Amino acid sequence: MSVLLFTIIILLGAFLAGLLGSLTGLGGGVIIIPLLTLALGVDIHYAIGASIVSVIATSSGSAAAYVKEGITNIRIGMFLEIATTIGAVCGAIVAVYLNANYIAILFGCILIFSAIMTLKKKVDHTTLDNTDKWANFFKLNGSYPDKGIDHPYAVKHVPGGFLMMLFAGTLSGLLGIGSGALKVIAMDNIMRLPFKVSTTTSNFMMGVTAAASAVVYLHRGQIDPGIAMPVCIGVLTGATIGSKILLRAKTDKLKMIFAVVVVFLALQMIYKGISGL
Amino acid sequence: MRTTGKENLNDKDIQVILGTLLRAGVIISMSIVLIGGAIFLIHNSGAITDYKVFKPELGKFSSIVAIFKGVSTFQGDAIVQFGILMLIFTPIARIVFAIFSFLIERDYLYVLIGFIILAIITISLNGGIAH
Repeated sequence: MSVLLFTIIILLGAFLAGLLGSLTGLGGGVIIIPLLTLALGVDIHYAIGASIVSVIATSSGSAAAYVKEGITNIRIGMFLEIATTIGAVCGAIVAVYLNANYIAILFGCILIFSAIMTLKKKVDHTTLDNTDKWANFFKLNGSYPDKGIDHPYAVKHVPGGFLMMLFAGTLSGLLGIGSGALKVIAMDNIMRLPFKVSTTTSNFMMGVTAAASAVVYLHRGQIDPGIAMPVCIGVLTGATIGSKILLRAKTDKLKMIFAVVVVFLALQMIYKGISGL
Repeated sequence: MRTTGKENLNDKDIQVILGTLLRAGVIISMSIVLIGGAIFLIHNSGAITDYKVFKPELGKFSSIVAIFKGVSTFQGDAIVQFGILMLIFTPIARIVFAIFSFLIERDYLYVLIGFIILAIITISLNGGIAH
């Protein structure tokens, strides 16, 4: 395939991935990697390198807006970034030595898990019980503004959340995704944060986590400008437009259809991985 | 945390600066990627792609030194890679800024946490070069 055609195909695919990723909350990375590997036959190592770059671009772009609104809890974000960056660096180092087929199988499993997570009804676990000694020591309890009212919240189970973040960071480094689904589990279900705070803080952390593994990928030659360029431009453009539409659109049906497509892609990746072993 | 009005304003200022920093980083680095991409396509549009097998030894711009060398000779793919490098440094710059803002707030615990994160990234940077 010529470079020009290859670039145009990836640009269009990445645009769609970014658009759908932001509309459904699944993120662009989880869609662009199957597209590159299954449809274009790109080695998964290159696909991961390109995807991680797009994760940095989209998360930094949207974090910029959230931080200004004052919803993001910067202390929680930075505290947990210790866990996610350690995990990311370890994951990225392991990824280099791991056979592409194993990565594909693992990726497929995480993809199915993420798709299920976007469909699950969210349960509000928030609490005002501010007796957790870790949360007090690290000053993690806070409040966020909504329609002019300040909503206070307290943080629980800090060590559990920290461990889960270590795991989320490792998968992010291993697979080149933002692993937002796991981060939200750590913050919503374990640490009992309000949705608004957990989604924006998870987004805030993604950039640093991805940067930590991108540094490793860059030196290993996994970030190829020919793939990374159309991927990050396409995903960022799609995600930006997606976030504008999101405010007006009903996404329940879209999420459902999309989850089915994603599960189908995931099964194909697992099948391809197993048959290649 | 929000005790006096003055402190509130201070927090708000930091958030606005942080947001602006992130946005500027993304816009600048993506513009560089776009320019580099255009130059790369003009020179290589007819070339044949081959990404079927991962060949790390063929990666031309896998170190900061190599990227700068490529940029100085105006190679499109090196400029793209330079833009990507800027993008990678955007969240890292955010940590540096956060360290300063916590220093102003005299929150030394979070100054330390910021330095720990920077240290982890620096170690991975050096680990990568050693390979």
